[in-house]
Amino acid sequence: MKLIKVVKYEESLDPKFAERVAAEPGGERIWDCIQCGTCSAICPVSLYMDLTPRRIVGMIRAGFRDEVLDAISPWICTSCYACTVECPEEIRITDIMYIVKRMAMRESGHHRFVVPAIEEAFIEMVRKNGRLTESRMGLRVAGKSGLRYALAMVPIAWKLMRRGRLRLLHAERMENPESLRVALAAIENHGSSPARVPARGSRPVVEA
Amino acid sequence: MREYLYFPGCSLKGAGAPYEKSLLAVFRALDLTLTEIPDWNCCGATAYLSVDADMGIVLAARNLALAERADGRDVVAPCSGCFLALSKAKAMIAEYPEVRTKVEEALGRVDLPYRGHVAVRHPLEVLSTDVGPERLRKVVTRPLKDFRVAPYYGCAILRPYDTVDDAHTPHVLEDLIRISGATPVDYPNKARCCGGMLTTGVQSVGLRLVEILLESAKEADADAIVTTCPLCQYNLEVYQDRLCKTTRKDLRIPVMYFTQMLGLAFGLDDHALGIDQLFRVPVLTVPAGGRR
Repeated sequence: MKLIKVVKYEESLDPKFAERVAAEPGGERIWDCIQCGTCSAICPVSLYMDLTPRRIVGMIRAGFRDEVLDAISPWICTSCYACTVECPEEIRITDIMYIVKRMAMRESGHHRFVVPAIEEAFIEMVRKNGRLTESRMGLRVAGKSGLRYALAMVPIAWKLMRRGRLRLLHAERMENPESLRVALAAIENHGSSPARVPARGSRPVVEA
Repeated sequence: MREYLYFPGCSLKGAGAPYEKSLLAVFRALDLTLTEIPDWNCCGATAYLSVDADMGIVLAARNLALAERADGRDVVAPCSGCFLALSKAKAMIAEYPEVRTKVEEALGRVDLPYRGHVAVRHPLEVLSTDVGPERLRKVVTRPLKDFRVAPYYGCAILRPYDTVDDAHTPHVLEDLIRISGATPVDYPNKARCCGGMLTTGVQSVGLRLVEILLESAKEADADAIVTTCPLCQYNLEVYQDRLCKTTRKDLRIPVMYFTQMLGLAFGLDDHALGIDQLFRVPVLTVPAGGRR
């Protein structure tokens, strides 16, 4: 009989995880959380989350790095800031969700999920043209979301086209995207992102 | 006459085209000038914050620095998403010196100094404060009598920054509806999330949020929903047919921009306001040029 460990042991927690989150802009007040659950109550999508906002905050503080970074919750967050406005301790929970998303992008296997894939496609397009072309972004999303999604979008795209709100051949771009690229290149690879972080499951190395 | 700089954002050049049309028409009717920021770029939206926050802030800051270089007038950002991205970048740069350093480093490469002096405004606030109800009332030539409107603010212009209106009890949109001669219905979900990008990423959840908003507008017996953001407008408008089928409820309702509503009340032409670009055209009891 194979035994599965169901209890998280102290030794497999990441005691530095909360510090890393708190070190990012917007994460500082995470220690003020009183676990009242106002965030989860006001959140319009918490009922679809595997870990509610309150639990995300609690688990970050307790060092459940792998569980938090593997959660779907941050990708369900629509960034409506209801939690941030209602939090009695003025914790910027939406910003904490963004911090978790950024860490998950770098340290977890979240690329299989469609939301981060869409975000990356968005960024790639902006890096190239400086602006977003909605029609092309729509095609990218459809490509990543499967045939059923794409087929359901056809009548909508058709209606938008007939109303001059979707131009297939038009690309929205800056006159001089190069000037934006030069600016972005200045901070590339040394942003708020700790550049390379160990793979999931292994003990993370935290820069002092 | 007042002059503003204009940050259209990508959406107003795409599916949000009727918003741009009606915004420009309404501002023109009020003798307000909008000058597009030269060679603006994407505001960074929410995508950048999930991947590289610093880059997102640099994107937004470049637009603000361009505005400073142009003439430093207030920047009007009609898309709620852009409004928030620009406001947030400005606040983050002011709050965190390390963020400021990165922004200055990046924009320094292209000789763009950032000082953070430019104000970011949403047209809802410009119309309700800079122009004011008195002036607006004078321009209304065609009050939208018996037109019941659900005021929908969405999230980004109320939260987390409350420069447009109070986050809990907003009323500017209702005020504009009354000025237009229409009737604001009681719409408790007026600041509830429209689903944002979830309607593309996780449709099962995103469309449920849309359904809640449409259903409560129908329950309030509204003739139309008025929005302040191209993403809200898109989400609430384009999935109606599909939701009618999947939920077996009648969720059909016109979803228009508040600038289109004002433009109609000003007696402007439907086409000039992009009304004909909507999926469902609002039915008014008072046609152009007077009573029916």
